Amino acid sequence: MSVIIYDKVCKRFESSKGYAVDHVSAEIGEGEFITILGSSGCGKTTLLKLTNRLYDPDSGRIMVAGKDISSVDPVELRRSMGYVIQQVGLFPHMTIRDNITAIPALMKWDRKRIDDRADELLSLVGLEPSEFRDRYPHQLSGGQQQRVGLARALVLDPDIMLMDEPFGAIDAITRLNLQNELMRLHRELGKTILFVTHDINEAFKLGDRVMVMNEGRLLQFDEPHEIARHPADDFVSTLIESARSQEHFWTENEE
Amino acid sequence: MIEYFKRHPDKVIEPLLQHIELVLITLVISIAVTSVLTVIAMRSERVSRVMNNVLAVVYSVPSLALFALLIPVTGLGRTSAIFVLTLYNQYLLLRNFTTGLREADPAACEAAKGIGMTDMQILYKIRLPLARKAIFAGIRLAVVSTIGIGTIAAAINAGGLGVLLLEGLRTIHTAKILWGSILSAGLAIIINRLLKLVENRM
Repeated sequence: MSVIIYDKVCKRFESSKGYAVDHVSAEIGEGEFITILGSSGCGKTTLLKLTNRLYDPDSGRIMVAGKDISSVDPVELRRSMGYVIQQVGLFPHMTIRDNITAIPALMKWDRKRIDDRADELLSLVGLEPSEFRDRYPHQLSGGQQQRVGLARALVLDPDIMLMDEPFGAIDAITRLNLQNELMRLHRELGKTILFVTHDINEAFKLGDRVMVMNEGRLLQFDEPHEIARHPADDFVSTLIESARSQEHFWTENEE
Repeated sequence: MIEYFKRHPDKVIEPLLQHIELVLITLVISIAVTSVLTVIAMRSERVSRVMNNVLAVVYSVPSLALFALLIPVTGLGRTSAIFVLTLYNQYLLLRNFTTGLREADPAACEAAKGIGMTDMQILYKIRLPLARKAIFAGIRLAVVSTIGIGTIAAAINAGGLGVLLLEGLRTIHTAKILWGSILSAGLAIIINRLLKLVENRM
C-alpha cells in the first residue's frame, strides 16, 4: 500500500526560470527507505519540503496516508512526520532533553512522560541519557548533535521521516556509523523514510529504492542495482560512471 | 557649584528624580508599544519596512520641533513629553527588536517549523530567547537617548534636568548649567555602563 503518492507535482519559484519540481509522480510504500539523489538545485529538497507543506505545490497533488495534504493543517501534518535537516538546527538555548521534547512540551505532556520519552530516545540514538540530557547543544560534537536531531524528529513516533542531507556536514567515519545506525533504526522501527542526499554511494547504500532527480524532473525511481544495471538516460549513466570511476581508484591502489 | 548644592540641595535632587521618573515611565510605555508593533512587524517583511521608514522620518524631526507640534494636541507638560519620547524610542526599539528576532539562528527556526511549531510558538519559544541580547541592546540605546532628549522636554514644562539647564542659561547661572549638564551626561554614561554590563552577561 502506498503511504505517499506524488501526482504530477509541480513547483516553481519566482526567482528562477524553470521548475524546481517538474511534474513529479511517484508512489512510496509503507516502510520503504527511499533516498532522493541529485546535485544541488535539482529539486530534491523542494520535493521533501512539499511533502510536509513547508512549500505548497503550484499544481499536482500529494497524498499522505490516503489524504490530500492540501486539506490537512500544515502544523498537524508536520507533527505527523519527523523532520531532520543538514544544519541540525538544535535550539541553542535549550538542554538536549528540552530540544527533543519541545513539541511534547507544547502539547502539555506531563513532566514524567516527557522525561521518560527523552531518555528512551537518547538511548535509541546511542547517547547515554544520564550523560547527555542536561547538556546544551554547543557541548556536543556534530555527530552527536545530529543524533539528537534524529531523536527530536522521532519524539511523536511519526510513521514517516523526512531527512534532508542529515549527514552532509559530518566527517566520513562518523557518517558511516550514523548511516549504519539509521539502517538499524529503520529495521527496528519500520518507518517510511525519505532521505535526500547528493552522495550516490550514500543513496545506493541506504535506499530500498532511489529517486534520481535532475533539473526538477524525476529521471529514474528504482532499486539501486536496477539503476546501476539499466540507467534510464544519459544523465543517470554518467552518474553511475562517475561513481564507478571512483571505485576504480581504490581497487587499483590495493593491487 | 558645591556651594549651590549645599544651599539648595532640593533644586538639584528634585530635577534629577523627576528626570529618572520621566525616563522610567517612558521606557515602560515604549516597550509595551514596541512589543505590539513587533508582533505586527514580524508577520510581514513589507509592513515591517514601512513601519521602520515612517519611524525613521519621525526620528529625524528635531525634538524641540516635535514638542512644539504636540502642544496644540496634548498641551504643555509631561504627557506631551512622554508621548514624544515614546515616539522616538519606537525607532530605536523596533529596529533592534525585529532585526534580533529575524536574525535568530535560521537553522533552529527552520527546524522548529519543520517539526511542527506554529509561527507564534517559533516567535516566543525560539526567536525571542535567541534575540534577547539584541532586544536588551535596543532598550539600552532607548534609555540613553531618552535621558538625553528628555532634557529638552523642560522646554514644554515637563520638568527634569532640562529645567536646571534652561534656567541656568536664561539667568547665566553657571552652577545650574554645570549641575544640569553633569547630571544628565553622568546619568546617561552610568546607566549605559550598567546596562552594558548586564548585556554582556546575557
